[in-house]
Amino acid sequence: MEPTISFFSGLQISDLWYLMEAAWRTVLISALSITIGTVLGVVFGWILYEGRWAAALTLGPLLDVFRSVPLIIQLVLFYNFAPIIGLNLDPFFSGVVILGIYCASLVANVARGGMEAVSRPMRRAARSLGMSYWQDLRYIVLPIGGRAVFPSWVGVALGVMKDSALVSVLGYIELLKASQILITRTQEPLLILTIAGAFYFALSYPISRYAASIEKRWTS
Amino acid sequence: MKNLPDLLEAGLTTLQIAVLSMVIGIVIGLALALIRMHMRGPAKWFASTWVELARNTPALFQLFFFGFGLGAIGVHLTPYTIVLAALSFNCAGYLAENFRGGFQAIPDTQLRAARSLGMTGWQAYSRIIIPQVFRIVYHPLTNQMVWAVLMSSLGMLVGFRELSGETQALASRTYRIFEYFAVTAVIYYAIVKFILGASRLLAARLFKY
Amino acid sequence: MIEIRGLEKYFGTLQVLKGIDLTVPKGEVLSIIGASGSGKSTLLYCINALEEIQAGSVKVDGTDVHAKGTDINALRQKLGMVFQQWNSFPHLTALENVALSPRIVKGKTKAEARDIAAKQLEHVGLADKLDVYPSALSGGQQQRLAIARALAMEPEYMLFDEATSALDPELVGEVLDTMRLLAEEGMTMICVTHEMNFARDVSDRVAFFHQGVIEEIDSPDKIFGAPKSEHLQKFLSNIR
Repeated sequence: MEPTISFFSGLQISDLWYLMEAAWRTVLISALSITIGTVLGVVFGWILYEGRWAAALTLGPLLDVFRSVPLIIQLVLFYNFAPIIGLNLDPFFSGVVILGIYCASLVANVARGGMEAVSRPMRRAARSLGMSYWQDLRYIVLPIGGRAVFPSWVGVALGVMKDSALVSVLGYIELLKASQILITRTQEPLLILTIAGAFYFALSYPISRYAASIEKRWTS
Repeated sequence: MKNLPDLLEAGLTTLQIAVLSMVIGIVIGLALALIRMHMRGPAKWFASTWVELARNTPALFQLFFFGFGLGAIGVHLTPYTIVLAALSFNCAGYLAENFRGGFQAIPDTQLRAARSLGMTGWQAYSRIIIPQVFRIVYHPLTNQMVWAVLMSSLGMLVGFRELSGETQALASRTYRIFEYFAVTAVIYYAIVKFILGASRLLAARLFKY
Repeated sequence: MIEIRGLEKYFGTLQVLKGIDLTVPKGEVLSIIGASGSGKSTLLYCINALEEIQAGSVKVDGTDVHAKGTDINALRQKLGMVFQQWNSFPHLTALENVALSPRIVKGKTKAEARDIAAKQLEHVGLADKLDVYPSALSGGQQQRLAIARALAMEPEYMLFDEATSALDPELVGEVLDTMRLLAEEGMTMICVTHEMNFARDVSDRVAFFHQGVIEEIDSPDKIFGAPKSEHLQKFLSNIR
């Protein structure tokens, strides 16, 4: 029998542990997807920026698809598609792949915007000082453009974090899925949802405020 | 695929619920923005809480809240109402922030000029300020409309038969999950492109200045 | 007639108007000059209650502007105002800019409002710009549009708040000409201005503001020809 230290009917200490583990999985899958998505997205953004029409005809529309189809559909499709081509992926891995690509499709636009925010004369000035193309990118475009779009990137990252809840449809037990399971067992939906909501809020709110304050500081 | 008409019809349901939640979201979002800018005390607290909750928790969480959460206190909504309420709640929160930015971009002197002509506060807002705000937030508004369509797919998790819900129902009956969801993906893509195209055409007609 | 008695205005703890007494009879053109920040513009805003006041009173044709029961929207129709930043409504054509308030404030029909607007735009020399959006007009044209917009309410008084200060130098003339035209037609005008030539040639009286008080008020000849106050002498010598 379970220990009876319950402070609310049905909900036990072990259940809180269960929620915390699930919350950790939410953080894990989000962090991994955002990291992969950001690296890929910056590369895509650079291709879109430099690649002219070739990229505009291929990569652009492809990324556009990921922004125009609901994430949940993408997840279900990929999860059912992978075995067809012989990949046997668990829900976590499928989630990382799709969330990562989805994140990359959003970051690509942000990154391109950042590169466009750096004016041509400024870059010409950098090149005139003898900087190579890559030096210009590293020391001029990255700091200036990165600054301009940092708040947007934070918005995308937080969006992906919140959207990670959808990986639950594949059976991955992240925070929201764990809440759902507990709700079915304990019949305490309000309490459990409040805990889950508070966790997301506690993660997202301070970061979004921080990004907003940085945006204010940098634009003024 | 003989179920295509069913899917297309469900696509219309998706579009319909997205449009409806946008309309509700715009009205409430405008009110929330104005309350946050001009009022103090409990009203401001309420509006700020709404906006921050909508923006800082997953849409799926909001959907569950309107589903199981309200169910726990005896408010049982139909799947349709749950999705509509959650989407409207979410849209209102995001749009409120867009509107706030829009209002801040209009110089105070516009209001002064309007009032100096004898317009009431309401006339000045409805005829002078808000039309200009709408132009500023038009692009974010279009994006939010697209989000509303994409978000409505969560309806399938609470048993609502919009496009995704219908797809899931058909797919589980036939076990041809991949095919059904692939077709649905195409339909979503088409809906989104349609919205973006329509928005561009409408903008050309609306904003001549 | 506009009667101002003992008017005091604070922004927070800063007192910008320190007891203004001023009477402007019908038909007069009064120019207000003085350094920036001396409270000239604030006085205009207090006359049509775009700013609240802390002491004293403003009466327009006997009606107390700041009294609680006053229908301020009705009163503002008597008081046309032109701003430094012309404040055209960017989402409306020139004609709509002018026609809007006659229609929604005065309840004119669409056709009537259109006629009024067309007439006033012609009045200020914009007859060929009826269907143009403000973004396609020069600053001077937008300022004349603003004058037409105010005139369309058939005001009895016109308040000009540095109407030419934000204009490029070559566009100042056309706006001053329009103001001159109004003065000749007998409009009662209070003009806060930095254009000394306009103040001298067009005004019946000129008031000199210094740090929230009217330090000197007299005919243009006296103000510009024989200034009494030391501050005014200094002000005039600085701008010449």
